[in-house]
Amino acid sequence: MAADPNPEEATSRAAAPSLVTPEMEARRGQWGLPRASLPIERYDIRVWAISAYWPETPPSLYWDEEYAATTRWGGIVAPQDFNPFGWPVGARRDPDGGFSQPGVPAINGGQSDEYGVPLRPGDWVTERSRLQGWAERATRMGATVFVTTEVLWLNQLGEFVRRRISTNIRYRSDEAPSADAPAAEGASS
Amino acid sequence: MTYRVTYDEVEVGDALPPWSRTTAFMHWNRYAAANDEFVPFHMEDSAGLEAGGTGAFGMFNLRHTDHVNAVRDWAGDEAELREVGCQYRAFNYRDDVLTCTGRIVEKRVEGRVGLVRLELAVTNQDGAVVAPGQALVALPLSRAAVAEGGGAAEGGASRDRL
Repeated sequence: MAADPNPEEATSRAAAPSLVTPEMEARRGQWGLPRASLPIERYDIRVWAISAYWPETPPSLYWDEEYAATTRWGGIVAPQDFNPFGWPVGARRDPDGGFSQPGVPAINGGQSDEYGVPLRPGDWVTERSRLQGWAERATRMGATVFVTTEVLWLNQLGEFVRRRISTNIRYRSDEAPSADAPAAEGASS
Repeated sequence: MTYRVTYDEVEVGDALPPWSRTTAFMHWNRYAAANDEFVPFHMEDSAGLEAGGTGAFGMFNLRHTDHVNAVRDWAGDEAELREVGCQYRAFNYRDDVLTCTGRIVEKRVEGRVGLVRLELAVTNQDGAVVAPGQALVALPLSRAAVAEGGGAAEGGASRDRL
């Protein structure tokens, strides 16, 4: 869902009890510990491209080394939406940015990406993230908070790969969002 | 070189070719495997119902992928995607026909490249916009500039200058 126009300015407009926790207040703006991906394989990029373009054949840039060598990229690169952080062993990263609250539904509201150098076979990524801010407001879902998180990716050379501002929506309501008017749509207004 | 469009060939208001998919488990499952996204409400109708849908529903991240793919297919392999973003506004279900459309809303020259800002939307078969979005793409100024070695970015294939 759309990020608040001023996500840095926390507000408390909702009449219901706030969904902003003391932990969120304490961690706002604080970078978390970095994590590193495994080195990216050509196989990983090919699988991603096939899944993204299914059922059609993905662009040769993502799987044909001979062709990719003729492009300005000089070889295979990953699509901009590629994710090298899948399938960890053991503890999984909280998709809610580490601020999940029992009994509070959370949905993915959207993201805004800025891209730098492309990812290539052999690259690996270091990721850092921080809670950027939030905005509370009453929506037809009930008390709702739009939480924005900044996620920064650098490659093994320290080059900028991607900056993502993602928006996570949490709401406190006795009713689930309707199928015809899903939560995110209502929350955008 | 696979530039499909150059800066001098496009104008504000121009539309991108529609990029469309009929959603199905065969697609969701592949994407779930690639993105490690085997969330119950994407896999089981009962979990989708519990989450507020009418059944299992597709990954929101796949709408972002639709935007990326639509822009890449329009611009060609050598264009530089600098920004892509979208909002998720509605669930999508099996057999939905989702189409990503877009148009140019701004263009300007910056150095040796032309920057084009796009307004995008993924719309379902009922005409509902399920994922509005936007993108910023760097294009070469002209085909003549490409022939002379002027790529979409500042320095061809040199990764440290992209």
